[in-house]
Amino acid sequence: MERKSDNIFKRLDWCTVILFALLATMGWLAICGSTHSYIDTSFAEFFNQDERSGKQAMWMGISLLCGSIMLCVPKHTYRNLSVILYAGTMLLGILTIFIATDIKGSRSWISAGPFSIQPAEFMKFATALMLATFIGRREFKISKNNDFFKAVGIILLPMIIIMAQKETGSALVYLALFLVLYREGMTGIFLLTAVSAIIYFVVGVKYDNEIMSKLPISIGQYAPTVIIQIISIAVVKFWCKNNRTFIVLLTTNAIVTLCSFWIAIYLVEFNIMITQYLLLAFNVVYLAIQARLRKEKKNLWVALYIIGAIAFNYSCNYVMHNILQPHQKVRVEVLLGLKEELTGAGYNVHQSKIAIGSGGVFGKGFLNGTQTKLKYVPEQDTDFIFCTIGEEQGFAGSVFVLAMFITFILRIIHLAERQNDRFGRAYGYAIASIFFLHFTINIGMVLGLVPVIGIPLPFFSYGGSSFLGFTILLFIFLRIDADRDK
Amino acid sequence: MKDNSYESRRYILSGVVLLIFITYIVQLFSLQIDNEDYKSKADSNAFYKKTLYPSRGQMYDRNGELLVYNKPAYDITFVPREIKGLDTLELCNTLGITIEDFDKRMLRVKDKKLNPGYSQYTEQVFMTQIPMEEFAVFQEKNFLFKGFYIRKRYIRQYSHNVAGVLFGDIGEVSQRHIKKDAYYQQGDYIGTQGLEASYEKHLRGEKGTEVLLRDARGRIQGKYNDGALDTPAVRGKNLTLSLDIELQMLGERLMQNKIGSIVAIEPKTGEILCMVSSPSYDPSLLTGRNRGKNHKMLTSDKSKPLLNRAIMGTYPPGSTFKTSQAAMFLEEGVVTPQTAFPCNMGFVFNKFRLGCHAHSSPTALKDAIATSCNAYFCWGLHRMFGMSKYGGTKAAMNKWRDYMVSMGFGYTLGVDLPGEVRGMIPNAEYYTRHYGNYWRAVTVISISIGQGEVTLTPLQIANLGAIIANRGEYIVPHMVKEIENDTIASMYFTPKSTMVSAASYEEVIKGMRHAVVAGTCRAANIPGLDVCGKTGTAENKGNDHSVFLGFAPMNSPKIAVSVYVENGGFGAEYGVPIGALMIEKYLTGNLTEESEQKAETISKKRIYYGKEER
Repeated sequence: MERKSDNIFKRLDWCTVILFALLATMGWLAICGSTHSYIDTSFAEFFNQDERSGKQAMWMGISLLCGSIMLCVPKHTYRNLSVILYAGTMLLGILTIFIATDIKGSRSWISAGPFSIQPAEFMKFATALMLATFIGRREFKISKNNDFFKAVGIILLPMIIIMAQKETGSALVYLALFLVLYREGMTGIFLLTAVSAIIYFVVGVKYDNEIMSKLPISIGQYAPTVIIQIISIAVVKFWCKNNRTFIVLLTTNAIVTLCSFWIAIYLVEFNIMITQYLLLAFNVVYLAIQARLRKEKKNLWVALYIIGAIAFNYSCNYVMHNILQPHQKVRVEVLLGLKEELTGAGYNVHQSKIAIGSGGVFGKGFLNGTQTKLKYVPEQDTDFIFCTIGEEQGFAGSVFVLAMFITFILRIIHLAERQNDRFGRAYGYAIASIFFLHFTINIGMVLGLVPVIGIPLPFFSYGGSSFLGFTILLFIFLRIDADRDK
Repeated sequence: MKDNSYESRRYILSGVVLLIFITYIVQLFSLQIDNEDYKSKADSNAFYKKTLYPSRGQMYDRNGELLVYNKPAYDITFVPREIKGLDTLELCNTLGITIEDFDKRMLRVKDKKLNPGYSQYTEQVFMTQIPMEEFAVFQEKNFLFKGFYIRKRYIRQYSHNVAGVLFGDIGEVSQRHIKKDAYYQQGDYIGTQGLEASYEKHLRGEKGTEVLLRDARGRIQGKYNDGALDTPAVRGKNLTLSLDIELQMLGERLMQNKIGSIVAIEPKTGEILCMVSSPSYDPSLLTGRNRGKNHKMLTSDKSKPLLNRAIMGTYPPGSTFKTSQAAMFLEEGVVTPQTAFPCNMGFVFNKFRLGCHAHSSPTALKDAIATSCNAYFCWGLHRMFGMSKYGGTKAAMNKWRDYMVSMGFGYTLGVDLPGEVRGMIPNAEYYTRHYGNYWRAVTVISISIGQGEVTLTPLQIANLGAIIANRGEYIVPHMVKEIENDTIASMYFTPKSTMVSAASYEEVIKGMRHAVVAGTCRAANIPGLDVCGKTGTAENKGNDHSVFLGFAPMNSPKIAVSVYVENGGFGAEYGVPIGALMIEKYLTGNLTEESEQKAETISKKRIYYGKEER
């Protein structure tokens, strides 16, 4: 089956390699920028092994070497080895919990001579490979509960192990792998539920105390009911594909909502929350009847979703005010912009925003950043590395970096889609999802949009294990892609 | 065997990726482009603008002797947020203060009312003007006191312990100053009195700044951009005063134990050669850490040493004022040099009588000045007010007022010292207000002999001497002769004229010369100096004030001087001898042995003023 040249270099997707090289170079320069002192630095100084930039350069070399080795291993070997790799890294992970030294409360590092490594980084590619292999089996069907739960188990096991290492942030990354399951046919309800839960929580808590300008109704209570209407009706249209029900629901909901709003403002003032709840109750009953009469089981799910959403909405504020500890409550309030907190986690984000904001359009220039140089931003060369780019390269440079990252992720999705088997595609999606989650959480955190969760920005954040882990993750896929015709 | 089910989901997933991308771009835009706030926050984070304080301009006397200069002193400052693990007791011991004192100072700094500029992050003044010795001890231990800094400042030093009210003093700026002039910041110094205040803008120089980089822990990491944004401090301009420090010292010595004032002016230039206000104080009392205590002591002193009586005290000029009347009478044709008026131990009109002392009668102008005849000047004013050319008493009164104002009376002269007062020259309206329409020359007659409503400052009296010496012109008296790299105000070199011609003044001068040769001022007759003078014995509630007005030499005057000794009795008792010694000292550069003895005797004489506030 030798369709193409045997030479791996000719089959390699150089586009991805170039994007990788570009990101890695920009990342390394950012580390130079964030770790070097303000006063004149000669170029050779960047490679000094006592400096972080020098160490990172060395790790990049090691990573490139390991990546090249990965390229030499044919695709089927990965498939065959995945179980062993998965089992091995999981065992190593469990072992780590017991032998690791305690660093700031986390037990995730093991030392080997002069180096410390974080096994969690290597659990990523092993899990991705394992998941891809499992999904790639001929008889795999996600709609079969057995298969589905096994796949979920593959994802959850490393999460549990890493949480036991007290690295909650890193554990969260594995949630990204649910995107793989989604691509392979898992019902979107789980994702929709997760996303809408976040929306309800944010809207409900953030606007709880804000009153509409014309009516004495809390926006935080009213807005979620409208969002529930919109989402449920959209689901009826696109998921249930039930046009009749869709039109009935859309018209009744639109008319009743708008009319009650109009009447309350211009005719008789009354509590429009009542009509909103009556309307939602009507929707539930109508969907249930439809489900019964027309045997459309999916309608029942939508009805359940509405009930669940209302319940969730209520519980949000209850949890916020009655269950959360004061410090946790503050954390949430800071995140939602209800409170400004200039110490602790809030200090990091505040300083990070200052550093980025002070960059302006074109930035202060390489090595000219003041905020990062003067160490106003903690963790500025690891988790907050993007600050250096924001400050020194400005809006133009930041957008360029983000665009390159997005291009990189989209390119991987593209490569994943061109695979000829589910194994390759699942692996491609697995790494795209992992990169994407890292990207979203890290940049979001630095920009103050996502809670402070300490996970690195791939190829940028200082750290040998993480760079090596991401490189291996990517280069395995490059080989899989090169072998896609085999 | 490609499985293409759910392929549309790749677009949903790609869409989500793009959605996040767009969200982040929007947030980046709002942080970096839409919001200037972060830039200034970053600047105040990272840039520490260190103020460089210039040294204040120095003052020299007219002969180039250094009078006022600077000595380094040190302020202890602190940044509240940077204080960590402070050993309060150790700090107090080092600075020689008590723990209570420490707490009090801290409370004062943190009081937003007293110190509106308070911030956790900026330098706050803890203690000012630490002397060199204590500073050295503190500096050695500075590393113990994290968050505390030393700021070098300058305090004034004086080469002689005289002329306190002239030099004035400097103090910390008040909130009022800060609001008025953006140059000042909390803890800066400003001239509050005397020349320090009136030449503040010249003396203060320009503060400089050094832009330093400060890291998150407040440590200075070096200069920003190699100091490209730094501005150096520009030292203040030096002043050359018109003051003759020797003369000033003699004046203050002569006025010891007496209340009053001596002012000497160089007639040609209006330069003030000396300005003594007694009692005086040592200017160095108001520098350094004891400033507050000493200031309180001087303020509460009943004899008011902080008051510059030469420009802030208003006195009846007494007979010295007659010179101005004589000049006016001649100019207005009220009298000729030959016109004589009778004097029968005074001016008698109907039932009104204003006494005079024994001298030959009738007297013409020259003798009238020499003997200081009251009757002559009363008759003169009486005749003037009766002259038909004015068309009434009120018009005549206002004419009189115009003459007096042209001689620098009734309004401030404009000396370059703060706080000058205007004295009092009444006009017709003033008397109408008091007497209704029924007042005549006799009602106001005492103004002709420098009594009644008329009051002048000793400076105005001395300036009258300068006017007569110049035969009619004068330049507004001033203390500062030259400003380094700058010019003095034009009013200090542009002559002003009076309403009287030189010829009339010439007649007055003859009288004043006669007074020295054969009249009331004989004690001022120093051979070879051609002194011209006029005594004054000003009546008031207590003993008469002893006054002297003179200038010398007669034909090319170099000095005009006024002496005013409160409750000193006859003009000849204190005024004349003091005036004579001042003239001798200035013109000959020295005092003869005989004069030196005289000076010693006078300086030891004490006038008792009782315990009342003055």
